[in-house]
Amino acid sequence: MIHKAGAGHPGGSLSAIDLIVGLYGTQMNIDSNNPDSPHRDRFIMSKGHASPAVYAILKEYNFLDQSDLDGFRSLGSVCQGHVDMKWTNGVDFSAGSLGMGLSFGIGTAFAAKMESLDFQTWVMLGDGETQEGQIWEALMAASYHDLDNLHVIIDRNRIQNDDFVNVQMEIGDVAKKVEAFGWNVKEIDGHDMEAIVDALQWSMETSGPSAIVAHTVKGKGVSFMEDNPSFHGKAPNDEELKAAMEELV
Amino acid sequence: MSAPSAGGASRDGYGAALLNLAEDSRVVVIEADLGKSTKSCLFRELYPERTISLGIAEQNMVLVAAGLASCGKIPFASTFAIFTERAFEQIRNGLARPGLVAHICGSHGGIHTGTDGSSAQSIEDLAIYRTIPGMTVMHPSDDLSATVLTEQLLEHPNPSYTRTARNKTPRIYTEDSVKALQIGKGSILTEGDDVAIIAIGVMVNKALRAAELLRSDGINATVVDMHTIKPIDTELLDTLSNTVSGIVTVEDHSVIGGLGSAVSEYLSETSPIKIHKIGVNDRFGESGGSEELLDLVGLSVESIDAAARTLL
Repeated sequence: MIHKAGAGHPGGSLSAIDLIVGLYGTQMNIDSNNPDSPHRDRFIMSKGHASPAVYAILKEYNFLDQSDLDGFRSLGSVCQGHVDMKWTNGVDFSAGSLGMGLSFGIGTAFAAKMESLDFQTWVMLGDGETQEGQIWEALMAASYHDLDNLHVIIDRNRIQNDDFVNVQMEIGDVAKKVEAFGWNVKEIDGHDMEAIVDALQWSMETSGPSAIVAHTVKGKGVSFMEDNPSFHGKAPNDEELKAAMEELV
Repeated sequence: MSAPSAGGASRDGYGAALLNLAEDSRVVVIEADLGKSTKSCLFRELYPERTISLGIAEQNMVLVAAGLASCGKIPFASTFAIFTERAFEQIRNGLARPGLVAHICGSHGGIHTGTDGSSAQSIEDLAIYRTIPGMTVMHPSDDLSATVLTEQLLEHPNPSYTRTARNKTPRIYTEDSVKALQIGKGSILTEGDDVAIIAIGVMVNKALRAAELLRSDGINATVVDMHTIKPIDTELLDTLSNTVSGIVTVEDHSVIGGLGSAVSEYLSETSPIKIHKIGVNDRFGESGGSEELLDLVGLSVESIDAAARTLL
């Protein structure tokens, strides 16, 4: 997808994909035949640059087909550069500007409570994204309003656009900080599927809002992309694609 | 239309409208601490289960509204006009861009907000929201029109920004005449063939008073309350430009990007008519009484009167 488009964000897609697979495989109540059902669970991909990971899972669940993925980032494609609810069935948030998704999730979680609907809202944040002040406005509001139908997954891949997070502006012990804002927090290895599935279920069973801090590796699964800031927002060339596919498949 | 009766501030009209809309269960009110000022507190008192208080956090408020809207709710979110601006990018990217419909109300707009000083006097809000695709932008002139126009937002297909004013000003409308108002349609208050004065908000009353001065000298002015700045009523602008010899626009807002700009942008492509823009001339305000401040920046009956005479 990214190679064909000549642009995109492979690193943050690969760090998040195990978490997304775990979430869709065990929790998400969705139906491609009824994408607008008021009962559907919401997945709010706040780090919207990891759109290839979302499009890949939506293809698995029949919201998209291969030709949609092939159009990624091209004019008129349902697969926009950043995930966009206006364009894509199965996408419930228009991302691209970091820091906004958790607030949006508070809105959907409130709507569920007001309508007595039992759908869940899952929000994925990037770790660099937590540098945005709005994230902390939202964390404070969600615990104050005790939104137990709201779940956050933080993809702690330690790299942002320009460099490592601790070089740009270290966010420190993000789990402790979120906990201090009144959330239940669990830290896991974001590439250990059993730990992911357990944590998601823990989040469902925990009262009050809960957050999973998932320690991940940017570019996971491709040796030359792993922990490499230069693959935050760069498409692989022909050779790199070939090498990556050999490692992944 | 002379000696209008004393009424409320347009923010009071907003508060009253929320109460009238409450029977629709889709309506949700969102606050960022200033509900007592914006008058959403009236709704909160009666419908706490449909009021969400988010503290002093405007960026969060806008996206919470967007999330609610995505689930079929009709959120009305309010704070001071100036503080909505802090969440401009949230309104642009998080609300309007995905095509979600929520309604933002910014109270205490304009320099006439007064003694709080320049930090609270939004003079650019109408300009910035006008640039967002699909956004409806309104600024009612009294409490009754604020109520009617806010009520019409219930079935409005676009996200909106409505500026209301802090201070009580004389009523422009009666309980009866206000019923004719429609979002997107300018309201003609007096008719005359010599010159047109198009005004918004607290300046509509001053425009009417200027028209009286002109009339005493045999000059007949049309006065329009252009409560909807976007979409601007182009049909009315066409009619006016074919009737009068010049147009004065009057707003308690920067001359850059607001009502005067909206009128000029349209008519510069369709008509050779001369337009004189009265507004805040690219400067900040300061603390002072409302009337003192309006006079300081040239937003007076006299300046409207004088401008109109230059266009004959």
